[in-house]
Amino acid sequence: MLISCGDKSKSTDNSSKESTSEEATKTEAVDPSTYDPNRGLGKFTTVDLGDKLDVAMAKKGEEIQTVKCSSCHKLTDEKLVGPGWKGVTSRHKPEWIMNFITNPDPMIDKDPKLQAQLEICLMRMPNQSLSDDDARHVLEYMRQNDGVK
Amino acid sequence: MKNKFLKGTLALALVAAFFSSCKPKDSNDVVSGDAAQKAYVAPGKYDEFYNFVSGGFSGQVSVYGLPSGRLLRVIPVFSADPQSGYGYNEETKPMLNTSNGFVPWDDQHHTELSQTNGEVDGRWLFANANNTPRIARVDLKTFTTKEIIELPNSAGNHSSPFITENTEYVVAGTRFSVPPDNVNGDVPINTYKQNFKGYLSFVKVGKEGEMDIAFQIAAPGVNFDLSHAGKGKSHGWFFFSCYNTEQANTLLEVNASQKDKDFIMAVNWKKAEEYIKAGKGKKVATKYVHNIYDEKTHTAKSETRNEVLVLDSKDFKDICYMIPCPKSPHGCDVDPTGEYIVGSGKLAALIPVFSFDKLQNAIKNKQFDGEYDGIPVIKYEAALHGEVQKPGLGPLHTEFDGKGNAYTTFFVSSEVVKWDIKSLKVLDRVPTYYSVGHLCIPGGDSKKPYGKYLIAYNKITKDRYLPTGPELAQSAQIFDISGDKMQLILDFPTIGEPHYAQAAPADLIRNNGQLKIYKIEENKHPYVTKGEKESKIVREGNKVHVYMTSIRSHFAPDNIEGIKLGDEVYFHVTNLEQDWDIPHGFAIKGADNGELLIMPGETCTLKWIPKKTGIFPFYCTDFCSALHQEMQGYARVSPAGSSVPLTFSIGTNLPAAK
Ligand SMILES: [Cu+2]
Repeated sequence: MLISCGDKSKSTDNSSKESTSEEATKTEAVDPSTYDPNRGLGKFTTVDLGDKLDVAMAKKGEEIQTVKCSSCHKLTDEKLVGPGWKGVTSRHKPEWIMNFITNPDPMIDKDPKLQAQLEICLMRMPNQSLSDDDARHVLEYMRQNDGVK
Repeated sequence: MKNKFLKGTLALALVAAFFSSCKPKDSNDVVSGDAAQKAYVAPGKYDEFYNFVSGGFSGQVSVYGLPSGRLLRVIPVFSADPQSGYGYNEETKPMLNTSNGFVPWDDQHHTELSQTNGEVDGRWLFANANNTPRIARVDLKTFTTKEIIELPNSAGNHSSPFITENTEYVVAGTRFSVPPDNVNGDVPINTYKQNFKGYLSFVKVGKEGEMDIAFQIAAPGVNFDLSHAGKGKSHGWFFFSCYNTEQANTLLEVNASQKDKDFIMAVNWKKAEEYIKAGKGKKVATKYVHNIYDEKTHTAKSETRNEVLVLDSKDFKDICYMIPCPKSPHGCDVDPTGEYIVGSGKLAALIPVFSFDKLQNAIKNKQFDGEYDGIPVIKYEAALHGEVQKPGLGPLHTEFDGKGNAYTTFFVSSEVVKWDIKSLKVLDRVPTYYSVGHLCIPGGDSKKPYGKYLIAYNKITKDRYLPTGPELAQSAQIFDISGDKMQLILDFPTIGEPHYAQAAPADLIRNNGQLKIYKIEENKHPYVTKGEKESKIVREGNKVHVYMTSIRSHFAPDNIEGIKLGDEVYFHVTNLEQDWDIPHGFAIKGADNGELLIMPGETCTLKWIPKKTGIFPFYCTDFCSALHQEMQGYARVSPAGSSVPLTFSIGTNLPAAK
């Protein structure tokens, strides 16, 4: 399954209509030269962060984290299945984070940092089916974890 | 149609014909050059149709792609399934509950796709259990069994599950007449004529597909074999073929072939419905169960019902009519216009075709030939459109291509014969390999057949595939029927013994809200664990509930101590994945049960009663990542009365104990 994950969306090139998100990633994945390592690959082009933490959003993000993320990521810098979250918001642009957590497979295929990470973790991050709002909330919780007040 | 006795009968009655034709000489030569191309579906491409094939004595339904013949899925329905854990995990065990207790096997004969306005709609698939009479509903969003209802007063649920054109009813006629449930059935078997009855069940289907037995019709004690609903002009009627109108109770291959004609019973179900609404049904005591799988709690419930509404066919002269039909009718098929009813006398050398209009006239003008057990018998000629003369030997089943043609299988002469419904002329014939039973044209029993492929389901496969010991796979054969001549394009082996099958365009199924994952947020399982932080172990007396999660590539918890002999351990495993096609498995050494196979976002429960003390490893059975092999854990079992505390952990990074 590890090897096939990335190929799955490509192999569903069929007469019938695919879901829109798969369609979108397919077309974007075509040309590697257009890949922007700062933004990543996905629907998010700009993410407006406030100066201050949105506490309500971060709270929602924490709830999602306990269900969908904490099995593999610690809040410290210690690696579990995947890398620890400490400092993630300073290592990556918000757009990159939002795109990656909503669209992991196509990004793992393209992004040099993710490919280097894969060699360490040997595990592709699963798509946890986050909605756009979910992703934004998780990002806010990551910011809180990184000390934004 | 798995009838050992039928094969016997035919061999007796038609020895010469059987042996000269059972293995058609030219069945290998009929494949033309472009056959492979027509059946070829390139890797990564989808098939055009889904074919839902009954599994016979496997109890399951298998799903094949057409035209590739690829096996896509086996859907567990009436038999416990080690691959999926169906019937082994606590959630699905209630699905196999019956009034006889837990019944882990059945014999699945016919599949029927739901219809709207007489067209296949891709919502549900109905399936029958022949042995312990039941009907199941499979949801085609998930390809899982959602509901099973048991049928009282029945035995051998063979003429089932056939549906009306808007899926108002699913019907089931009993193959074996038996004494009804509310009387003492401990009677001499040779009192068949006095004590045995044949019941037809009308199962109402609700908006969400939920089934409920609306009423039953008590009919004469005969063997109901197959059935089909009217459509279009004949909507409101149902037709059931019956054999053994001699009412024999022993050596049926001789004693049920005495008469020149048996019957097709025509039932005016709209009339019956009116009588039920008018309060004419009698409540009769019985006991049957109704099992429903709840998609929110991922858990099935089994309920027992204690009565059923019955109309006795003798008391209502305008519900049931008998149409004489040459010897031992088997298939009973209605053409797409609803006008023609094709009866196949399996011991007859012709095919009688009845006309719905003529039947109505015959009823209006009382063109009767007396009564059979209180039911008016229509004069044969009065209802007859005509007979297909010398079509072949042993006609069984007929499907339609929507272009005015009928296709009938011939068990004894091993062929499919194409004929014109109006003129009754034979147009084409192809040999099958061999002793063909049912056949399927996608939508072939609906108002709108997709007359492109025909699949023949054969009973015997000697020398067709590589030999695999005394038993061989049954074979199905795909024919291209788009031209004037039928053309064989592929053979494929099947699971179990295929009987009836249905097919629908793939797009209709996959664009009908197909589910890819269970959303973890919507999981209402009473023992769900939403995230590792909620994983825990709770002791309630001698019951130990383990709230466990799985995700690539570990379980939480993965170290469990404090279980004692005498405990019942329940592993409630929630799969935290939210990506398509990432199930995880769960198996523990020595369990006298099965495995769990848990879909993304789902919770499943394995009940484990340890028999020994010691260390019991558990692991994931479904390869999930490069670290799949590391997905494991240990459960420690101590003697009864031991003081080992109940503890659990994952990744505590404590120093190893000395
Ligand atoms: Cu696994």
